[in-house]
Amino acid sequence: MAAVSGLVRRPFRQVSGLLKRRFHRTAPTALQVTVRDAINQGMDEELERDEKVFLLGEEVAQYDGAYKVSRGLWKKYGDKRIIDTPISEMGFAGIAVGAAMAGLRPICEFMTFNFSMQAIDQVINSAAKTYYMSGGLQSVPIVFRGPNGASAGVAAQHSQCFAAWYGHCPGLKVVSPWNSEDAKGLIKSAIRDNNPVVMLENELMYGVPFEFPPEAQSKDFLVPIGKAKIERQGTHITVVSHSRPVGHCLEAAAVLSKEGVECEVINMRTIRPMDMETIEASVMKTNHLVTVEGGWPQFGVGAEICARIMEGPAFNFLDAPAVRVTGADVPMPYAKILEDNSIPQVKDIIFAIKKTLNI
Amino acid sequence: SGLMRAHCSLSLLGSSDPPTLASRVLIASRNFANDATFEIKKCDLHRLEEGPPVTTVLTREDGLKYYRMMQTVRRMELKADQLYKQKIIRGFCHLCDGQEACCVGLEAGINPTDHLITAYRAHGFTFTRGLSVREILAELTGRKGGCAKGKGGSMHMYAKNFYGGNGIVGAQVPLGAGIALACKYNGKDEVCLTLYGDGAANQGQIFEAYNMAALWKLPCIFICENNRYGMGTSVERAAASTDYYKRGDFIPGLRVDGMDILCVREATRFAAAYCRSGKGPILMELQTYRYHGHSMSDPGVSYRTREEIQEVRSKSDPIMLLKDRMVNSNLASVEELKEIDVEVRKEIEDAAQFATADPEPPLEELGYHIYSSDPPFEVRGANQWIKFKSVS
Repeated sequence: MAAVSGLVRRPFRQVSGLLKRRFHRTAPTALQVTVRDAINQGMDEELERDEKVFLLGEEVAQYDGAYKVSRGLWKKYGDKRIIDTPISEMGFAGIAVGAAMAGLRPICEFMTFNFSMQAIDQVINSAAKTYYMSGGLQSVPIVFRGPNGASAGVAAQHSQCFAAWYGHCPGLKVVSPWNSEDAKGLIKSAIRDNNPVVMLENELMYGVPFEFPPEAQSKDFLVPIGKAKIERQGTHITVVSHSRPVGHCLEAAAVLSKEGVECEVINMRTIRPMDMETIEASVMKTNHLVTVEGGWPQFGVGAEICARIMEGPAFNFLDAPAVRVTGADVPMPYAKILEDNSIPQVKDIIFAIKKTLNI
Repeated sequence: SGLMRAHCSLSLLGSSDPPTLASRVLIASRNFANDATFEIKKCDLHRLEEGPPVTTVLTREDGLKYYRMMQTVRRMELKADQLYKQKIIRGFCHLCDGQEACCVGLEAGINPTDHLITAYRAHGFTFTRGLSVREILAELTGRKGGCAKGKGGSMHMYAKNFYGGNGIVGAQVPLGAGIALACKYNGKDEVCLTLYGDGAANQGQIFEAYNMAALWKLPCIFICENNRYGMGTSVERAAASTDYYKRGDFIPGLRVDGMDILCVREATRFAAAYCRSGKGPILMELQTYRYHGHSMSDPGVSYRTREEIQEVRSKSDPIMLLKDRMVNSNLASVEELKEIDVEVRKEIEDAAQFATADPEPPLEELGYHIYSSDPPFEVRGANQWIKFKSVS
């Protein structure tokens, strides 16, 4: 009775508001999306949004993608926009770059970035350098994407990480997503970018589901290129990583948290242009730095971060030398025990953190 | 006799004097033919039932235009030679004198809305595709008035529907097939002329491009500019098959006399019509010759004889061939063509003056044009304290 008279005494607006609130009381169920589906969604949305966008590569159409990343796209968009190529990396990468020069917006898939080595001249000399060489006349709005780095049991010729090679070159943008949100937001940003963008995906992450925040479900959700994300706040040490190892860093952080060590884990998201500001601000807060990557140590991503830390304001805040955790300096072996020990494991990250903190 | 005296005074006109009204009237009063029909060499054909016509009509207007264009390219290249020897042009400089019928003839066979891409021997094409001698020479001398603002140099000049100027031998061919893909994708009936040399013809990526162009029926005209030498290696020493027009295998081809501008024009018209009809790619081999060595650092006589060069000059020079045809068919007079020579020389001289006097690009712009459409950011210089601003 009291409840009813309570309702009656309120102005109508508030009553209908109450009724509305009742209908929407349940929060939306958290959406789980795999990295593969996130990339698929991103490409689908951009293909729909701009008819100049098209995808080409080996097996991207009728096979639904070698790793099923382009599943359903050929059925939806047809032969004109989803193109199966012969096994001719140098040729089709060049064709993609030429199409971009003429005003289209191609997505050029390399089945893995190992095969991009055949085409690397087109990526660097024809795509990356052209805007500069032409004095700003000729832009190349192209995306090169595909799985990069170590997989599982595919041995030396199929396991190389190209972050350092592509990250070396002015004129290119290089992005490296870790989770689904990264993957969708970055592929969309890459496609909309008027510059050549290399997106280094990870085969082992394709099938991993992540919670998709509501904003990521929008067709205009973009992750900005050139901005890192702090995945976990911490006070004792900064741990910087990109791609799959970000997950390992978070695992290490969880373990260390139980011992009272709080790690700040930074997901780089972009290799070039690198977000040094976020890394420096974090190091100035924590006074310690460990970098983690899957690629080889010499001339790697971590080496660049350490060099830049030394050149900037954060150096004076370091209480210990910056440390790198990387892939082992060997071509990737096949046998499981050897392969497992050729990439950074959670225990290696924990060890490096403890060494840096002198604990 | 009045006519004779006027003729004499015409030929005595110095380079600084523009034609007087009297001399113009004199020229106009001579009855030139409006056009003339010429026989041109039949093209060798590969997988084609019919080729381009063996006769063509040249109008006086077109003839004068082609003559002026070829002469401009010739004098521009010779001026570049001069500037290079004076060390005002640095680095690479690959000249195309001798090959003028190719760039002018190809342009005559297509529309400005068609597309063209070539390798590093590109100055002639840069001109025929629409840039001025001024901005070409200023790019060679590395000045801010250069067409690429001094950032590219000899091998990296771009214009509307002209995609350079490419330094990596062979890489431009897949690019050209990609431009053709865009033409087909956009459905606008445009074609892409994709050029490469006899040396580049052995690059693997060219065969990858042939395959995809044929598979997808791209409107791509592959053009092998065969000047008999890839740097210092003659065609016989580089290719197991020197029938470059057949190297496209499943792609139909034709071999064209690249020293005869009319032959080039007709073949180009034929090839463009073929592509536009949706039949897919076609291949043209232009047989031509370069007077200079491979580049300015190559005298060009260690792998070929001076006699050979001289023979081509005296028997097959493209400008001389056109001039003889025009004069003999009363399409133009010797004096008239000489007048064009004088005008061209002046144009080149002015352009060279500009190219020598224009300042280099400002140092502040070293970091410009890394990315397109981006807000300004910082670019690192030779050490961590030197920073350049990068503006798109």
